[in-house]
Amino acid sequence: MIGATDRSTPGTMRRLAGWLDRHARVRLAMLLAAPMGWLVLAYLGSLVLLFVNAFWSRDAFTGLVERQFTPDNFIEIFTNPLYRNVTLRTFGMAVAVTLTCAVIAFPIAYYMARVASPRTRGLLAVAVVMPLWASYLVKAYTWRLILSNDGVLNWLLEPLGLRGPGLGESVVGLWLVFTYLWLPYMILPLYAGLERIPHSLLEASADLGGRGWTTFRRVILPLVVPALVAGSIFTFSLTLGDYIAPSLITTTQFIGNLIFLNFGVPDLPFAAALSLVPLAIVVLYLLVARRLGAFEAL
Amino acid sequence: MRSRVIQPAKLANCLPLVPLIDETRTRSRLAVTTAAQPATTHPTTDAGAGVPAVRLEGLVKHFGNDAAGRRVAGATGAPVSDVIVAVAGIDLDIRDGEFFSMLGPSGSGKTTTLRMIAGFELPTAGRILLHGEDVTNRPPFDRDVNTVFQDYALFPHMTVGDNVAYGLVVRKVPKAERQARVADALRMVRLEGYERRRPGQLSGGQRQRVALARALVNRPRVLLLDEPLGALDLKLREEMQIELKSIQQAVRITFIYVTHDQQEALTMSDRLAVFNRGRIEQVGTPADVYERPATRFVAGFVGTSNLLAGETARAIIGSDRTYTVRPEKIRLTDPDAAPGPDEASATGTIREVVYLGPDTRYIVALDAGGELVVTQQNLATSSMEALSAKGRAVRLTWKRQHNLPVGDG
Ligand SMILES: Nc1ncnc2c1ncn2[C@@H]1O[C@H](COP(=O)(O)OP(=O)(O)OP(=O)(O)O)[C@@H](O)[C@H]1O
Ligand SMILES: [Mg+2]
Repeated sequence: MIGATDRSTPGTMRRLAGWLDRHARVRLAMLLAAPMGWLVLAYLGSLVLLFVNAFWSRDAFTGLVERQFTPDNFIEIFTNPLYRNVTLRTFGMAVAVTLTCAVIAFPIAYYMARVASPRTRGLLAVAVVMPLWASYLVKAYTWRLILSNDGVLNWLLEPLGLRGPGLGESVVGLWLVFTYLWLPYMILPLYAGLERIPHSLLEASADLGGRGWTTFRRVILPLVVPALVAGSIFTFSLTLGDYIAPSLITTTQFIGNLIFLNFGVPDLPFAAALSLVPLAIVVLYLLVARRLGAFEAL
Repeated sequence: MRSRVIQPAKLANCLPLVPLIDETRTRSRLAVTTAAQPATTHPTTDAGAGVPAVRLEGLVKHFGNDAAGRRVAGATGAPVSDVIVAVAGIDLDIRDGEFFSMLGPSGSGKTTTLRMIAGFELPTAGRILLHGEDVTNRPPFDRDVNTVFQDYALFPHMTVGDNVAYGLVVRKVPKAERQARVADALRMVRLEGYERRRPGQLSGGQRQRVALARALVNRPRVLLLDEPLGALDLKLREEMQIELKSIQQAVRITFIYVTHDQQEALTMSDRLAVFNRGRIEQVGTPADVYERPATRFVAGFVGTSNLLAGETARAIIGSDRTYTVRPEKIRLTDPDAAPGPDEASATGTIREVVYLGPDTRYIVALDAGGELVVTQQNLATSSMEALSAKGRAVRLTWKRQHNLPVGDG
């Protein structure tokens, strides 16, 4: 009885649901409206502003922003050797940090994904993620203490007659700090990537005559390239854009410091132009990665 | 190198589809044998005649409380501390060139046995010999054995051609020879022209063939197949059974074939072993195993068990032992029809009728106790007639030679 009335006079909600069911696009639009709005306004909007800003300039006398199109900022960045050097230095640092993270993360991720018992795996996962729970600033400051002249590192190295990189001009300390800071971002995607490789593929390789190293090079490595790229995007771009760690650990300048300095001056248009440099590098990096087929297997 | 005997008569029958991998084999036509003779008669077996391709001696495998055990136990919710006896002591000889099946219910230890032969698992006890050579502790890459995995295990980042070439690349076979052998292997599984595809772009049956080609291209002396047709639908399965069998006859490689499908094992094998709880219940030709089951378990697993035991057996056959009668050997007649002198017979009532298309299965409750299943071809019967037989009193008759004693294992 109830069923019959239900069917003859469907409620408003039911009719709406039926209508939505037939109009997949409307459904999709409703579902995505909020996140898309956020994405467009907060992310793309600010990026566009940044981009537009980069082509404005600052009146040297009044210090006010002149909203007129001029490529001056970019000409300055590309011709002034200071900016070129800093860009190259930052880029080199990002590459070095990424490589180091990959080399250190791989065995850990491999052990977690393929060797460890579920219990050990859980403990390791917590250990890897735990540093992310602590404030970034606290960790950077802690490294200051470790690296400083009378810090833990020198205290440890002293009996060997060695000295740590210190907090002066040397960028080695910064390299250590960045590697420490971003390592989890490399381990986690690598772990997920390795975990996904079916065990039977490794057995198949061995079965066909492949020893450990051959299997690693021909089967495991190609299959984790996407994960490796994902991790390296994190380590690479985080290093490119960071300005706090450099200013805490070394007196040498990186792009982040320069951007920060120009915020303080303030020359916002120039800071915006500078910000586009790491952005452009990351975009290039992604294009190259895609060219190399890193995303094909995803 | 090893040479193998090809049977031209057989090749002619089955090989329009199946060109040879290795031409040297066709040239070395040393002997022409007929029928399905075991390959141990090869005059050229360099290890000496009679040496089995695979010999298992007292093979035992326990899965304990180690990482692997925990992984499985964790998935099944089994208690972790217990030792799982996967293989409980197996002695087995598999002849060179034979199509050998391992048949048994789920969890009976077939896969574990196969994996020990391949080298993926180390036995807890016992030895494995390949062509007389002890390989028990050798890693998989040092054994002249290849595997076709149940999930195919094709490398997703490589093309079909690279997948098939993998074993040759790893073993540093020169490029020209490699290409020729890959092309041959792909032709043999009827996938020529698919070199550049990726495994993801193939159907299940095609992937299965790539897996087969990838193993065969290495010309192993023994090929292990773990339910290779398990993921295919019935029709494709039957096609592939025929194809696998003809490929095996063409290349004369020893095939060890794991399946839990008794029909498949019976149709394809030269010999088969029936596994139960980590042990082998019986080894023999399909006819042996089907018609003369050694144990109750075999009688039940290979076909319908149709057991006559105790009182019933004494009343009908006149002996206390346990007997089995295959359902298709039994005739259904009127209750008062007289059996012939060399026939056994029993009366009963049809309890259930199952119409199967080509034949009908009758489940008959015997007056002497117990039940027998009878299948009759639907020569003249229609489904209506067959189904209306339910509840009717009948007499079952069969030749005495068809009730076979089985062990009580
Ligand atoms: N890695 C492992 N760790 C623990 N127990 C295992 C492991 N592999 C198999 N077993 C157990 O060993 C027994 C035999 O398993 P096996 O895989 O050999 O069976 P099977 O005959 O191949 O069955 P199926 O037909 O279902 O494939 C099962 O009880 C199984 O749970
Ligand atoms: Mg199995």
